[in-house]
Amino acid sequence: MIIELGHFALILALAVAMLQAGLSLAGAARRDLNLMTAGRLAALAQFALIALAFATLVHAYFISDFSVANVAENSSTAKPLLYKLTSVWGNHEGSMVLWVLILALYGAAVAWFGDAMPPRLCARVLGVMALISLGFLLFILLTSNPFLRLSPAPENGMGLNPILQDPGLAFHPPFLYLGYVGNAVAFAFAVAALIDGRVDAAWARWVRPWTLASWCCLTLGIAMGSWWAYYTLGWGGWWFWDPVENASLMPWLAGTALVHSAIVVERRDTLKSWTILLAILTFSLSLVGTFLVRSGVLTSVHAFALDPRRGVFILVLLFIAIGGSLALYAWRAPALEPGGVFAPISREGALLLNNLILASCCATVFIGTLYPLFLDAIGGPKLSVGYPFFDRTFVPLMIPLLIAIGIGPLLAWKRGDFLGALQRLWAAFAAVIVAMLIAFYLSHGGPVLSVLGIGLAAWMGIAALVEFADRLHLFRAPWAEVLRRALAQPRASYGMTLAHFGLAVTVAGIAASGFQQQRIALVHLGEALPVAGYTLRFDGIGKHEGMNYTADRAEFTLLSGQRVVAQLAPERRFFPLQQQTVSKTAIHTNFLADFYLALGDPDGKGGWAVRAYWKPLVPFIWIGGVIMAFGGAVSLSDRRWRVGVAARRVAKTALPASRSRA
Amino acid sequence: MIRALAAAAILVGLVHVAFAVEPSEMLSNPTLEARAEAIGRQLRCLVCQNESIEDSGADLAHDLRVLIRERLKAGDTDAQAVKYVVDRYGDFVLLKPPVEPATYVLWFSPFAILAIGAAGAWLYLRRRPVPPDEPLDLNQRRKLERLLLDDQ
Amino acid sequence: MTGRRLLYLLPLVGFLALAAYFLRGLAPGYDPQVLPSALIDKPAPNFTLAGFKGGAPLSNADFAGELVLVNFFASWCVPCRAESPVLMDLARRNVVQLYGIDYKDKPEDAAKFLQTFGDPYRRIGVDETGRTAINFGVYGVPETYAIDRAGRIRWRHVGPLSEQVVRTEIMPLLKQLGAS
Repeated sequence: MIIELGHFALILALAVAMLQAGLSLAGAARRDLNLMTAGRLAALAQFALIALAFATLVHAYFISDFSVANVAENSSTAKPLLYKLTSVWGNHEGSMVLWVLILALYGAAVAWFGDAMPPRLCARVLGVMALISLGFLLFILLTSNPFLRLSPAPENGMGLNPILQDPGLAFHPPFLYLGYVGNAVAFAFAVAALIDGRVDAAWARWVRPWTLASWCCLTLGIAMGSWWAYYTLGWGGWWFWDPVENASLMPWLAGTALVHSAIVVERRDTLKSWTILLAILTFSLSLVGTFLVRSGVLTSVHAFALDPRRGVFILVLLFIAIGGSLALYAWRAPALEPGGVFAPISREGALLLNNLILASCCATVFIGTLYPLFLDAIGGPKLSVGYPFFDRTFVPLMIPLLIAIGIGPLLAWKRGDFLGALQRLWAAFAAVIVAMLIAFYLSHGGPVLSVLGIGLAAWMGIAALVEFADRLHLFRAPWAEVLRRALAQPRASYGMTLAHFGLAVTVAGIAASGFQQQRIALVHLGEALPVAGYTLRFDGIGKHEGMNYTADRAEFTLLSGQRVVAQLAPERRFFPLQQQTVSKTAIHTNFLADFYLALGDPDGKGGWAVRAYWKPLVPFIWIGGVIMAFGGAVSLSDRRWRVGVAARRVAKTALPASRSRA
Repeated sequence: MIRALAAAAILVGLVHVAFAVEPSEMLSNPTLEARAEAIGRQLRCLVCQNESIEDSGADLAHDLRVLIRERLKAGDTDAQAVKYVVDRYGDFVLLKPPVEPATYVLWFSPFAILAIGAAGAWLYLRRRPVPPDEPLDLNQRRKLERLLLDDQ
Repeated sequence: MTGRRLLYLLPLVGFLALAAYFLRGLAPGYDPQVLPSALIDKPAPNFTLAGFKGGAPLSNADFAGELVLVNFFASWCVPCRAESPVLMDLARRNVVQLYGIDYKDKPEDAAKFLQTFGDPYRRIGVDETGRTAINFGVYGVPETYAIDRAGRIRWRHVGPLSEQVVRTEIMPLLKQLGAS
């Protein structure tokens, strides 16, 4: 009964989305405040309904109600509670419901904070978002309905793919979706601005928090996904350039460009039509990422291959959303007034360079991902485009950006002093030399590219700090003055420094992967294996019973000389339901380096295959990601984005009704 | 990645633990082994998503790793060993697509796009020149910049 | 001014081109993961495999001058079960000689498999190491190859055969090759 309630709620949400689109767009067109307010209420109602639908689905998984087909196909009774719940979005249908739930959440947030915005902008944004929601609710109800019953209900479900039975599934997809779907808000703002025919600094201020929020979530989502792959795969790889990863990287690159170009619009009222285009493209890439990649066009992942209607439906949806907005762009964008002028060497110039490179990188990933299909479609040969391609294209494109990131923030708006900026960066130059010497010495003359990469990371990191110190007049002014300036700095500038510094940390982690040492060997009980200056002692092996698996669990002691560093217990887990074996790695980290151990097959004569790695700085990759996202969050908390804190106060007194009704 | 992995696992029905190079496969001659690993990293595991055979736990990847090591021991050059696999599976096994007319667009468009974008930006900036400021002396300029910085 | 307007049209045009080609990707029966064989129209690799259950060994010389289908299968392969009725039907209709290559299998498992699902093959070779399969460019069982009278590979199918594949691909192919 409960699942039918959810089904009903979702159908109702569809009706409410229709209402929301109609009321908001008509209200904006007719400047009817009542209609627009009703549209905002509809956004809140839509969220409540989809949340209810989602909750009933979660409930069905919670009680393992196998009369619901979706639960029977993707869950089973013998499974830890966490994985029963995460199974909700571990499959196509459930993840779609999560997708629209998040879209509705953003819609509700826009409606809630809408008092601060001009009502017509708010209404148009909500109208566009409702149209998107409408499309995807229809998609769920017509082709991917998770609320259908199964009769007779099976005894037990088919279970969740063991690889997905990991805490990673609890966080990675929701954050990724928060990122993808958050781009819908910027998209809706862009479309609203095109309808309105006006983009100005105020528009950029309103759009920027949403862009930042989704950028933070996407950054975290990608970092978590990469970390998850790292500890699950058993050999420590963390990025593969496969279509699914590329699908998340493309909107991230475009979104990063958007965060930066929105600054130019806000500060200098220029690059407007480009920013609008970026907002459209960022969400389009999110859509392409979430759907086309899984539609069987790129890879025949079974979700869509089973039902070609889904693929066609999605294509039609994408066609309307992307094609429609780009047509609107072609029609309206030429009328946008050009804004302020600037010299090539200036803050705007640096941000333009940032956009140019990020857009090129994004195009590279796009082409690399789709080219094999393209060639195939025109009857060309079958090709793979793997990491060597991206190493040779994406990486060299990115390097100028990583160098420029140190200089750009030191340039003045409109016309900057390039040499002056370089002079102020003497400390960063020194850091490059020192870092490279240290890397060279510690790695005994390790790979040149890694040493250069460490130098690059040092450049970026120290340059970010120099810029901030410069801002505080550190070492130039008395401490009291420095403190006063530190407190007076807007949060957004703290955010920028953190984000740029975080990127430096990530680059250091990536560069250092060239220094890793590995040992693949067959070990017997009691044997000691030397790895990267450590000793790994094989202490024991035993059986371990999990809730839905049996495992071989090995006990190892990691020694540095005679000193015990850590106990490591890698496992091989066998899931009888799926007849699948999954490797559970053991990782010891001190945040500067990981010691990574995976257990392989026994040779049947008492020997066990193990793969042991020493991976210096590898945790930096994800720590840097977290710092970047944290920087974004700090910037997000800047009170300047809470535009119209004053305006809202006024609105509250003027329009108490809307608030209380909400 | 994980989703891709899961899909691949379903696809080939991996009964085996996902585990790449195994000790039993490795050659005792470290130079040969290093060469074999380098070759293996260039070859795609056919049943996986963009994973090299060196990193894949799939059965076929294992067979190909052993095969490459045999070829090298038999005296093949790196290119010959790669060709041996390409002759059987086609260019698809190469993670690095060959540079040939069919892939010119793939290989050169990243840089072409940057170049075109840069040219476009250059034209945009040139068409709308910044009006010359009153020349400031160095001190004034420093001061002004600082003010602008603080403002941001 | 119109030049500038055209510039703004560019993203839309690019998108439409992309959409057209995605549409192609959704065409029924199109599976991007199916690889064409690198050996089409090339001589089939030479092999000599141990016979199945003490039977005579199988080598490509055995079907020289004949038009044959070679089917790679294994008892542990689930899709192979799905295609076995199709193969049995082909064998019953006796339209083409069917040879089996048992890929990386235990003989007793394979025997059980053939007992349960039927044995459509004229003769079976055992590819214990999977090396013959690699020489054919097999990347997943089941795979089926058509080899013409001159010993060249003319066609390859990846995955289980279906009635539809027999009707739309194998029969026309046999007709064409039989006529020539």
